[in-house]
Amino acid sequence: MNLQDDLRQRLTRKPVLLMTHLVLGYPSLAVNHEVIRQMAENGVDCIELQIPFSEPMADGPVILKANQEALAAGIKVRDCLAFAAEMVREFPQVNFLFMTYYNVVFRFGLEEFIRQAAETGMKGFIIPDLPPEEGSEYLRLAKEQDLAAIMFFTPTSTDARMREVASQGGGFIYCVARKGVTGQHTEVDDSLAAYLSRCRKATELPLAVGFGIASREDVAMLEGRADMAVIGTATIKLVDREGAAAVGPFIRSLAES
Amino acid sequence: MKKGYFGQWGGAFIPEVLHQTFAELNAAYEAARADASFWQEYVDLMANYSGRPTPLTFAENLSNQLGGARIYIKREDLNHTGAHKANNVMGQGLLVRRMGKKRVIAETGAGQHGVATATMAARFGFACTIYMGEEDVARQRPNVFWMEKLGATVVPVKDGSRTLKDAINEAFRDWVASMDTTHYVLGTACGPHPFPEMVAWFQSIIGQEARRQILEQRGAMPDRVYACVGGGSNAMGIFQGFLDQPEVELIGVEAGGKGLDTGKHASRMLSDRAAAGVAQGYKTKFLQDSDGQMLDTHSISAGLDYVGISPILADLGEKGRVRFEAATDDEVLAALQLTMKTEGIIPALESAHAFAQAIKEAPQMSREQAIIINMSGRGDKDIFTIAHAFNDPSWKEFIVRRAEEYRGK
Repeated sequence: MNLQDDLRQRLTRKPVLLMTHLVLGYPSLAVNHEVIRQMAENGVDCIELQIPFSEPMADGPVILKANQEALAAGIKVRDCLAFAAEMVREFPQVNFLFMTYYNVVFRFGLEEFIRQAAETGMKGFIIPDLPPEEGSEYLRLAKEQDLAAIMFFTPTSTDARMREVASQGGGFIYCVARKGVTGQHTEVDDSLAAYLSRCRKATELPLAVGFGIASREDVAMLEGRADMAVIGTATIKLVDREGAAAVGPFIRSLAES
Repeated sequence: MKKGYFGQWGGAFIPEVLHQTFAELNAAYEAARADASFWQEYVDLMANYSGRPTPLTFAENLSNQLGGARIYIKREDLNHTGAHKANNVMGQGLLVRRMGKKRVIAETGAGQHGVATATMAARFGFACTIYMGEEDVARQRPNVFWMEKLGATVVPVKDGSRTLKDAINEAFRDWVASMDTTHYVLGTACGPHPFPEMVAWFQSIIGQEARRQILEQRGAMPDRVYACVGGGSNAMGIFQGFLDQPEVELIGVEAGGKGLDTGKHASRMLSDRAAAGVAQGYKTKFLQDSDGQMLDTHSISAGLDYVGISPILADLGEKGRVRFEAATDDEVLAALQLTMKTEGIIPALESAHAFAQAIKEAPQMSREQAIIINMSGRGDKDIFTIAHAFNDPSWKEFIVRRAEEYRGK
């Protein structure tokens, strides 16, 4: 089943899905493995596996530092692919997506990267520095493999731009809650609600949104407004502070009503 | 060809949040480019504020000493703030004013572009933040001093290699949050479209002047034109004056550092460690490993110490229109010394790369031939760097004494 259909099915059972994120190799693949287990066993629907890049332009300080330390510790792209394949096998209940910057994919070979991802059971890609105007080949190849090329909406997107972008992508739309880099908190206010309603009107695809989500209340705010809560920087900080074992209870606290 | 592409290089690989900002910037840039009065306003501003046109100096002593081609020097060192950087910055300043934005941000390596941007911001009344790698902040204290005195906030960047590319990333991180009020004054002919084309356009004033000047002084085109290449803005500036003259050979000189075989250099066009890639919003040749991670670069000159190269120059190199060479740190210091002693002219370490290559080639040319060296900036402002590079004992003694004085000894 492709990602969009899978998410639709899950949405019949719970009002807001959860997507989490981690940087491969930070602090180590072994810790990544344990974190993913904690996430998977506590009902996470999607996990972004970020392949580190030396120039993560769209990321804030926490994820930036994780990228650098993972690279300094010697992580390679082929290690990331092998590890992802292993995770897909071990946790079939989770949708895994690769998140990375375009140079990593370009240097590996676009076609080969997408072929390997499809072969190992990945569900899609999030590549923040590859807008549809530059990514026609990527979009075509992903579609061919029925993998989701995740597109972005942002508060600066016009309605026309949202419709244009949505028509090119698949899986879900990643709605950036505010301007700026990853990892800062945004208040759920009227302008966020108005923005999400604009997003909703522009596409049939499920909407994922992240804004520094840290509590059950934050997730509940999204009910009726969006389909999936994205938890990015928060789990990285949590693992830094309390170790991988703290991730399960944290995820559970977000899912419990 | 797709807009913003030069052969296979260029493009605009930008996060979606900047889509609208770039749409507005493209519109403003295209409107300015189509408006002859904008260019005239720019030329007038550069004449009255910045001292343009800069001279083309016949280097008679250096020519005689080398015994080959007649050497002319395009004197961007005499531009306000001491380098060609001011051309781009003042041009973008006019554009910012047209767009109605009130704040500018910029990256800087050596600090030249930062000082130029801070100068422009002071002149136009913009708020200004400069991102500078922590390592460069430590190396270039005099420029940090001037930026701050000119009213800019200097933010040391502590990520990555803590040099120019990291400062560019950090400037983009500011911009994705602040684009409503802020323009990013990119300092070189790199980055996402329209920056390479726009920066090259503002810098083309160098080539327009040089072409007119060489024809006035010599009555003929030069045989060769030399320019150093970091990002590539000064080279694009002067080369544009001669691109349509196939008999004029154009030579771009990269930072050979400690030698191409040592890995400690910044040569994107000659090194086998460079490959096609996409980073910092554009596609070009980057110094990177087989996983696509950017490599550390080295040059005696901070201004050439960069992993990428203008997509326009990558294309001109690939097509064979521009020949690329590299000068090592040692060759650069020798060229600097020779130029100072024979002509009383002090090139910046960056510009000295162009001198080094010209000095290698001029003796093999005939007396009837002529070359132009683009002196992109002046070296006396770099007194700390150059004195350090020459390992000058009396300078060291002076610094030690001054330090003791400040310590209250």
